[in-house]
Amino acid sequence: MESIQQLFEQVFGAELGYMLFSLSTNLTFIFAIIVPLLLGVAYLTFAERKIIAYMQIRVGPNRVTFFGIPWLRGWGQPIADAVKALMKEIVVPAGANKFLFILAPILTIMPALAAWAVVPFSAEMVLADINAGLLYILAMTSMGIYGVIIAGWASNSKYAFLGAMRSAAQVVSYELAMGFALVCVLMMSQSLNLGDIVRGQQGDNWISFLHWFWIPLFPMFLVYFISGVAETNRAPFDVAEGESEIVAGFHVDYSGMAFTVFFLAEYANMILVATLTAIMFLGGWLPPLDIAPLNMIPGFIWLLLKIAFLLFFFLWFRATFPRYRYDQIMRLGWKVFIPITIVWIVVLGVIMQLPESIQNDVPLNLWF
Amino acid sequence: MNFQDIIFYFFSSVLIVSALGVITVRNPVYSALLLVLSFVTSAGLWLLLEAEFLAITLVLVYVGAVMVLFLFVVMMLDINLDKLREGFWKWFPIGGIVALVMVVEIAIVMFGQYFSLDAMPAPEPKTVEYSNTKELGRLLYTEYVYAFELAAVLLLVAMIAAIALTLRHREDKKSLDVAKQVSVKKEDRLRIVTMPAEKKG
Repeated sequence: MESIQQLFEQVFGAELGYMLFSLSTNLTFIFAIIVPLLLGVAYLTFAERKIIAYMQIRVGPNRVTFFGIPWLRGWGQPIADAVKALMKEIVVPAGANKFLFILAPILTIMPALAAWAVVPFSAEMVLADINAGLLYILAMTSMGIYGVIIAGWASNSKYAFLGAMRSAAQVVSYELAMGFALVCVLMMSQSLNLGDIVRGQQGDNWISFLHWFWIPLFPMFLVYFISGVAETNRAPFDVAEGESEIVAGFHVDYSGMAFTVFFLAEYANMILVATLTAIMFLGGWLPPLDIAPLNMIPGFIWLLLKIAFLLFFFLWFRATFPRYRYDQIMRLGWKVFIPITIVWIVVLGVIMQLPESIQNDVPLNLWF
Repeated sequence: MNFQDIIFYFFSSVLIVSALGVITVRNPVYSALLLVLSFVTSAGLWLLLEAEFLAITLVLVYVGAVMVLFLFVVMMLDINLDKLREGFWKWFPIGGIVALVMVVEIAIVMFGQYFSLDAMPAPEPKTVEYSNTKELGRLLYTEYVYAFELAAVLLLVAMIAAIALTLRHREDKKSLDVAKQVSVKKEDRLRIVTMPAEKKG
């Protein structure tokens, strides 16, 4: 790494060389995050179709394969779907606002990808190790709603507009519960930096999964994850799409790649919510037991396993629960989740001020 | 001109253009979206001042919540633009005077002794451990705790007042008792009827 930096500085001069060096390394890191993420999105759609199919005693996609290899049947499906989407025409409705119609999918995918900048994949692997990482994540995820609203308005269609309205109200309400749940996490870890949040869950003995925040913050873990499902407009909170009520909601008029970008953003957001839940409640890159064979495995593999475990729940929910009625969604957000989170903040604050906690200089240790 | 200056001039020109756009474009939805753009660019400017907490909070609160609701309302309005523009030249002198007074006031503050460039130099670069958020929290909850609590109470009063003013009890309102719905059992709704099988002829 340093020799490359020296090469850049010798070729382009000290200041410009350093700038170009940091630019190129950052771009490389960004590609190293985005490319696996998009592949993950592609195969998450495949996993979704397969898992839901098996839950409904079907087989799911089982035709497209690579080079005719029989045991890979079905694995080519996401690639074939992507190629199909690229070939299709993007139809812009005559009455639509053309500029905003095209801008909306871009505004949806941008924050879904930008939020990954601060995600720590292991103790050292993080693109931007900033102090206010948690706030940055909250800010980015809260911007994703613009794409949905603008898409609904720019399509100039009743169904799209209804979907956008529903989605806006839903996301704004669940963001509050999500934010309050994260306040509890930062009270426990005393830091807004995502790496420090994981390090705060390390514990001092080998049974490390008992030190993860999911035990002391168990209600917050549930609230955060369910709010995450609601934020990504996934079943059973998918009233923004609600195909039985408003056709396909905000993206009813989108086709081809413009639709695919919405689709990509939804799945990228699912992976993001699963990653954040894993980082903040399930110990991120830490192994569940800090003993010989388990702690030899690199950290990011543990993180990937936890993400896959949580993503399975997203698919499981979709196969199991019927869609919420709209007023019930609002009730769950405002009258159930927000009171629970506020009470838990107060409880946590009281525990942190107990003489034992102050003496031991740890905010909350269940295993004194 | 170093890299920071380039970023500063880029962000400030985008900010000025989008802020002008907010008050000049004809379409109210565009104007709300331009306001979003100006919030985001001013957050970028605050980041240059190393005020990362304030910058991200600006995006989180104003862009992520307030402007979403604004847009929500603006999109549902059926605004007749010609009617809005009717009185423009009639009220222009008064508006112009108000704007002029505001510009003069801002100029007095900015070029006075308290906020001039000498009085408020660019912040010293801080170490990596320095956390803007912690410092702000410490100040808010110790030195300025009364002002902070007062502001919180004021917001609460405003919120309750807004709800109290708009809440109407209508006689013909149709509403559902959710607790009752949730506690419904199978026995309440479902009746299993046993009836004899029909005779075969």
